[in-house]
Amino acid sequence: MATGDLALGQEQGAIGARQRVTNDFSIIVATVNGSGSQSANSVLLKSIFGMGVPVSGKNLFPSNIAGLPTWYTIRASKNGYVARKRDSEVLVALNPETAREDMLALPAGGVAIYETGLNLKQFRDDVVCYPVPFDKLTASVCPEAKLRKLVKNMVYVGVAAQLLEIDLELVEKSVKRQFAKKQKVFDLNFGAVKAGFDYAASTFTKEDPFHLEHMHSTAGKIIIDGNSACGMGAVFAGVTVVAWYPITPSTSLIEATTDLLKKYRVTPEGKATFAVVQAEDELAAIGMVLGAGWAGARSMTSTSGPGISLMAEFTGLGYYAEIPGVIFDVQRTGPATGMPTRTQQADLLSVAFLSHGDTKNPVLLPGNVKECFEFAYAAFDLAERLQTPVFVLSDLDLGMNNWMSEPFEYPEKKLDRGKVLTAEDLNRLGSFARYRDVDGDGVPWRTLPGTRHPKAAYFTRGSGHNDAAGYTEKPGEYQAVMDRLTRKFENARKLAPAPVTVRDRTSKIGFLAFGSTDFALRESLDEIKSEYGASVDYMRIRAYPFAHEIHDFVASHERVYVVEQNRDAQLAGLLKLDLPGEQAVKLRSILHYNGLPVDARTITEEFATKEGL
Amino acid sequence: MATATPSPKVNHIGLPVVEYRGGKSTLCAGCGHNAISERIIDAMYEMGVQPERLIKMSGIGCSSKSPAYFMSRSHSFNSVHGRMPSVTTGALLANHTVQALGVSGDGDTASIGMGQFVHLLRRNLPMIYIIENNGVYGLTKGQFSATADIGSKMKTGVINDLPAIDTCALAIQLGATFVGRSFSGDKKQLLAMLKAAIAHNGTVMLDVISPCVTFNDHEGSTKSYKFLQEHDEAVNEIGFVPSFEDIEVDYDSGQVLDVKMHDGSSLRLRKLLEDYDPTDKAGAVRTLMEAQDKGEILTGVFYIDTKKPSFIDLLGLVDEPLATLPESLTRPPKSALSELMTSLQ
Repeated sequence: MATGDLALGQEQGAIGARQRVTNDFSIIVATVNGSGSQSANSVLLKSIFGMGVPVSGKNLFPSNIAGLPTWYTIRASKNGYVARKRDSEVLVALNPETAREDMLALPAGGVAIYETGLNLKQFRDDVVCYPVPFDKLTASVCPEAKLRKLVKNMVYVGVAAQLLEIDLELVEKSVKRQFAKKQKVFDLNFGAVKAGFDYAASTFTKEDPFHLEHMHSTAGKIIIDGNSACGMGAVFAGVTVVAWYPITPSTSLIEATTDLLKKYRVTPEGKATFAVVQAEDELAAIGMVLGAGWAGARSMTSTSGPGISLMAEFTGLGYYAEIPGVIFDVQRTGPATGMPTRTQQADLLSVAFLSHGDTKNPVLLPGNVKECFEFAYAAFDLAERLQTPVFVLSDLDLGMNNWMSEPFEYPEKKLDRGKVLTAEDLNRLGSFARYRDVDGDGVPWRTLPGTRHPKAAYFTRGSGHNDAAGYTEKPGEYQAVMDRLTRKFENARKLAPAPVTVRDRTSKIGFLAFGSTDFALRESLDEIKSEYGASVDYMRIRAYPFAHEIHDFVASHERVYVVEQNRDAQLAGLLKLDLPGEQAVKLRSILHYNGLPVDARTITEEFATKEGL
Repeated sequence: MATATPSPKVNHIGLPVVEYRGGKSTLCAGCGHNAISERIIDAMYEMGVQPERLIKMSGIGCSSKSPAYFMSRSHSFNSVHGRMPSVTTGALLANHTVQALGVSGDGDTASIGMGQFVHLLRRNLPMIYIIENNGVYGLTKGQFSATADIGSKMKTGVINDLPAIDTCALAIQLGATFVGRSFSGDKKQLLAMLKAAIAHNGTVMLDVISPCVTFNDHEGSTKSYKFLQEHDEAVNEIGFVPSFEDIEVDYDSGQVLDVKMHDGSSLRLRKLLEDYDPTDKAGAVRTLMEAQDKGEILTGVFYIDTKKPSFIDLLGLVDEPLATLPESLTRPPKSALSELMTSLQ
C-alpha cells in the first residue's frame, strides 16, 4: 500500500502541510447526552474495523441522563495504537452548545463537519469545513418528528463515510448488525446514512488529507468492552452468586454477566444455576458475597470507588476469617464522588489494604480486554485457593470503551475449588482444625455448611481466634494466625498472574506500569525510540502481591519510571513498601490524573523532560 | 435434664439433647439471652432438626455471641455489626438446602443494622431472625438502644426521651411472614413459637425481650424481669403440633386459628385478645401501635402468612445447592465461547 506508506515517518505536525494521511487519525463526534449517538458511533467504528483498519473508540460522557455535552472519539491507527490521541483531527460537531469550543480545539489542517446553521467557518481559516444541512436531510428521510433526534446521528455517519472513503457496503452491514432483525429500524437508519452519503458526494470536493484504506489488520479480531469481558470471564469461571449495587462505571459489568448467565446457565427444566441479587447497598453486596463464599459458592460483586470504601469493613472480615470472594473495581476518578464518568487508577492502595488492621488483599490488574476475561476467571480460582477476597482492578477506560482484541481462549484448566474437606474426608481424618496450616503453604482446610458430619462445623468469626477457630485473646495464638496469613500472602506472589516483560536488557532505564496505561505506554516507547533514538525497557505488572521478577527488573536497571494514572504515585508507593531500600530509591514517577485516559504524547514529553532529552 | 443413663432419651431423628448443646456461655449469670439459647436447643431437639442442616448467623454484641452457646454441630458465622442479614442471604443463595437461624440484638438490628434488616424483611428471606431485645448496649456498658421505651430510665438515672422502634410492627409492614414477640422468661410461649418458626418458610421475625441483668434490670426500666412479669400480655396462646406427631382436633374453632405450616405441622393460635386476627396485616400493626401508646407489652404470634413465596422461591434455582454444582453445570462449554467470539467479530 504505497499511499499508506507515504504517511510513515510523517509525524502529526505534518497535517498542516496537507500531505495525505492514511489510516492514522482520530475523529471526534460532539453530541448531546441522550441523543442516541451511541448506535451511530458504534456503526462508524465497526465499519472502519470492517475495513481491516485497527480502531478504538472512546466515549467521553457526562454524569447525566440527557442534555449535557458528550464526545466520542474514534481512532484509526495503522500501527495498531489504541490509546487516546491527545488531538483529534476530524470533528463532527452536532452540539451547538460546544461547537465553537470544539472547533477551536482542532489542530491546524483539521476537518470540521457541522450543521450549516452553526457557521463554524467564521472561527477558523486553517480548518477544512464541510457544512451539512443535517436537520433538512433528516427530515427528508424521517417523517416522524420524534425519531429525528436519533436518526440525525446516522446522517453524520453517511457524510463521514463518504468523505473518509469508507465502503458504504460495510456501513450497511454494520447498521444491519446494530439493529439485528428489525427491518423497519434498519431501513430508517440506513436511509439516513444514504442521505448523508449522497449529499456529501454531490456537494463536496474532498479538500482534506484524511483517508481510510483497506488493511488486513483486524481479521479474526473481536471488539468488546472490558466490562463485558470481565462478565464473560466470570461466567466461564462458573460464578453462581452475584450481588451488586448499581454504580457508574461498573454497572455494565453486572449487566453483561447477567445476560450471559440467562443465556448459558439455565437448565433445560428452566431452573437457574445462578442467583443475581441487586442489593440495598454495597455493604450488603459484599456481605452477600462473603456469605455465599463461606457457604462454598463462587461469588462476586462489582463496584467502583465509593462502593469500595463501603466494602472496607467486610473485606477485613473476609481476609481474617478467610472467605473467598471476587470483587471487581472498575475505577473512576476520585476522591469522593469525584468524576463518575471519567477514568483513573487511583484505587490501587485502597484495595490492596482495604479495611482496618493488618489487612492485605490480592489484586489482579488486567491491562486489556483479553486479560479482563482471563483475570476474571483466574480471580475465582485464586480466591478459593487462598480463601480470601480477591480484587480485579479495571477502570472506566478499559471497562466502558470498545477495544479490539484477539479472540478469547477457552479456559481448559479445570476450576480450582481450593481446599475443601467433605464428609468422607472427615471420616478418614476424624476431625479438622479450621485454621491450621497442615500443608505448610499457609492455606488451611475448610468445610462447607451443610456437610453431613458431626465434626464438620466450626465457628467463623472476625474476632481473635486460634487455629481451631476458637475465640482467643492469647498473644501467642493470635499472632500465630497473623503470621500464617503473612505466609499465605507471600504464597500469592507465585499464584497471581506474573508480570509481562515487554522489553528488557536493552537499557539501563526501565518503565513499570499496570492496567490500561499499557496502551499509551507502548505507543510512547515507539515515540521515544523514533524521536530520541532511545530504547527503554518495560515490564507490566499484573498483580499484587508483586512477583519476584518485578524485584529483579528494578534491580537490573539504574532508573525505573513508574507510569500511572493517579496523583499520589500509588503503584510506586506500593512498590517502595515491597522493595529493599537501595532499590526503592531508583523509582521515579510519571503521573497523569486529569480524568482523561493517559495518551502517549504526555508520557513521552514527561519522560524527555525528566531525562533531559 | 439428661443423666448418664445407658440409653439416653433421643428425639425422632435419634439424637440425644446433648448433641444440640453448645459451648459454655460467657454472658452474665441470669442474662435473658442464656434462657433463649436453652429454648433454641429445646426447640431444635424437639423438632428433630439435623444439626448439620442448620447455620447459625449473628452480627456483633452480647446477643451475637450466643450462637457459640448452642448447637456446636452446626456451622456458625459471627459476622460484622448489623450486617448478619446480608451474610445470611449470601449463604442461603449458595445453599438453600440449609436452614438459617440468626441471632441479633436491639442495637445490631434497630440501629446499625436497620438498613439490612428492612431489606431482609422485604425479601422474605427464609430464616429465623431473633432479636434478643434488652433495650441497652451491654458490651459498651449501658447506653440506650433504639428499642428502649420513651420515658424509661437508664441505670445512671438518665431518662430516654426518644420513642422505641417497634421491630414487630416494622416487620409486619415490610413483608416478614411470621412475626411474634415473646419474653425470655416465658418458657412455654417461646418454645412453642420457636418450634413453629422452624416449620415456616419465609422470614420469621421474633422480638424476644431479654432482660440485661447488669445494665437494664432496675426500677424504671421497661425491659426488666419485674416489668415484663407485670406488663406482658399475650394476644394469643400458641399450640404447636409438629408434622411427625398425630394431630388431635380438640379445639373450639371460633376461638382458635389453625395454621397449616410449610412442613405439614400445625400451628394453633387461641385468641386471648378480643378480635385479634394474626392474618390481618393492618389490624396487627394497629393493635401494636395502640399497645405501644398505652405502654403495654403485647406478646404472641402477631402475624402469619404461609402462602407468600420466599426470596429463594422467587429465584427459580435448581434443587441442588449452587455451591456444590459440578463444573459441567456451571462452566458453559467451549462452543458457547466460540459462539460469543464470532458474534463480536
